[in-house]
Amino acid sequence: MTAVVTLAAPRDRVLGLPRSGKLVAGLVIVGFFALLAIAGPILAGDPEALVAGRLEPPSAEQWLGSTDTGQSVLAQLMYATRGSMLIGVTAGVLGTVGSLLIGVVGGYFGGWVDEAFSLLSNVALVIPTLPLLILVADYVEDGGPFTYALIISLISWAGPARVIRSQVMSLRNRDYVDAARVSGEPGWRIMVFQILPNLVPVIASGFVWAIIGAILTESGLSALGLGGGAVTSWGGMLYYAQNGSALSMGSWWWFVPPGLFIAALGTGLSLINFSIDELMNPRLRKAAA
Amino acid sequence: MAYLWRKLGFYAVALWAALTINFLIPRLIRGNPVDIILSRFQTRQPPPPEFRKALEVMFGVSHDPLWVQYFAYLRQLATGNLGTSVTYYPAPVGTVIGQAMPWTLGLVSIALLITVGLGVGLGMVAGWRRGSWLDGLIPTTTFLAAIPYFWLALLLLFFLGAGLGWFPLNGAYDYAHVRMGFTGDFIGSVLCHGALPALTLVISGIAGWLLGMRNMMVSTMAEDYVVMAQAKGLRPRRVMVAYAARNAVLPNVTGFAIMLGFFVGGQVATEVVFSYPGVGFALLQAVGSADYPLMQGLFLIISVAVLAANFLVDLLYGLIDPRVRKAG
Repeated sequence: MTAVVTLAAPRDRVLGLPRSGKLVAGLVIVGFFALLAIAGPILAGDPEALVAGRLEPPSAEQWLGSTDTGQSVLAQLMYATRGSMLIGVTAGVLGTVGSLLIGVVGGYFGGWVDEAFSLLSNVALVIPTLPLLILVADYVEDGGPFTYALIISLISWAGPARVIRSQVMSLRNRDYVDAARVSGEPGWRIMVFQILPNLVPVIASGFVWAIIGAILTESGLSALGLGGGAVTSWGGMLYYAQNGSALSMGSWWWFVPPGLFIAALGTGLSLINFSIDELMNPRLRKAAA
Repeated sequence: MAYLWRKLGFYAVALWAALTINFLIPRLIRGNPVDIILSRFQTRQPPPPEFRKALEVMFGVSHDPLWVQYFAYLRQLATGNLGTSVTYYPAPVGTVIGQAMPWTLGLVSIALLITVGLGVGLGMVAGWRRGSWLDGLIPTTTFLAAIPYFWLALLLLFFLGAGLGWFPLNGAYDYAHVRMGFTGDFIGSVLCHGALPALTLVISGIAGWLLGMRNMMVSTMAEDYVVMAQAKGLRPRRVMVAYAARNAVLPNVTGFAIMLGFFVGGQVATEVVFSYPGVGFALLQAVGSADYPLMQGLFLIISVAVLAANFLVDLLYGLIDPRVRKAG
């Protein structure tokens, strides 16, 4: 490995990552939600079934009470967890792939390709995204979850692409890249085998941010009622809670859990990201010595 | 000067992109607003063709080739004509936006000033005293940053508004009892109604600035010129503010564009929850009632406002960091 990772930090034996409380806490939180998303819906039962009275507070049978139509909030929360995480990860993957293409190709080739790609990502950064998404989401009305993930990823590639580009530009002129070029390796091979492995921390960090951004954006859109009725997500729950007069009836058990889940998952993902940042920039670490 | 021209050129391109997106989205994704409005009339027999024609003229729908429409659209914009609103018919879109804009501008600018000022100030101190108890606050700010605006607004409304009754529940001022004007009553009412929406924006937005500033402070403090300043025996406060913070704040200023994007998004959610009569609230109402001219006009105005704010920040950046002017 090269200059990107040249730190003598205490390392974890299994993953090879530096040992840190932040990383462990982040992984535990994200792991917990991943588990919920996989197993929750199986255990919680049908989210549409009418199992209790209207707006009943939490009880021994219904741990999180019921909605205004008597559905179990817990069951809905489990399905929403799956829906939100699926959209978040899908949009995160799509956005990261986009930012990689734009960032690596632009940064490596330089010249007018780079100028054009930079202009594109800078323009994408300054155009206000949520109003744009509201416009687009309104026009596509009945898309599935994948459509929404695609739309969200359309606006999430620009920031990471800029970071990747500047990293590529600094890697491009390293000796080992020159050596590969002189020995006649083709451009794509240099990009994939010489440059890409050294971008892993930047990509990982961009990916995690993209997931957070996608989950927040999706919840914002759905909470405004623009997520399409078919998509179950945390934001969708918030929308139904607000429209089902959960606020005026004081039914906190309906609208508090979804938001708390979003914030908790976001915190877990951010913690993972901070440990990646600290890996790249040792000065950020707490002065342990 | 080269710096100024380059920035002007960039924002001209960005503005053109926003205008074009605004033109293309409705035409690429779905039919025209006239069909939607006609379907809302629910008449038994099909509408007479003259009626349809009149609507088409009013909303500027034409069957010309796309590029002819595009130039017609640009020409209309150049004369400041944004079309006619469907919901507030016959009010022009420009008038509707004009009524909503002052509320949004006031709320965003005040909330933004508080957020940036507080975030940069706290981040500076947290970075300066790295390893102190202040670092313990960082996980808290992480949590705050991950809270969705919409939910935070709901919580504040539920607990501080409805639960404790400290703040009014919706609107920009007490419509029933206070008249608009430069009176103490009106200004008090506006501040009282704006407090919770502003608080929502500040709480969600502050973490990014705080953390960014703290991390840059930590990096800057290892620079030679800071060590030099300390070695000279300057007072710690002067080293912190004039040597470390002044340089540490620069990268945060470049991140302003992204921050502003989030802020505008949060503004929309906040306005909807508090029924605050600003641009975001109007946008959602326009979506709800299929008011396409108003929707497009609002998106355009929001884009132009955001671009203008970013341009201003870029100019400021040129002033505070002489290096970028030279490099330009």
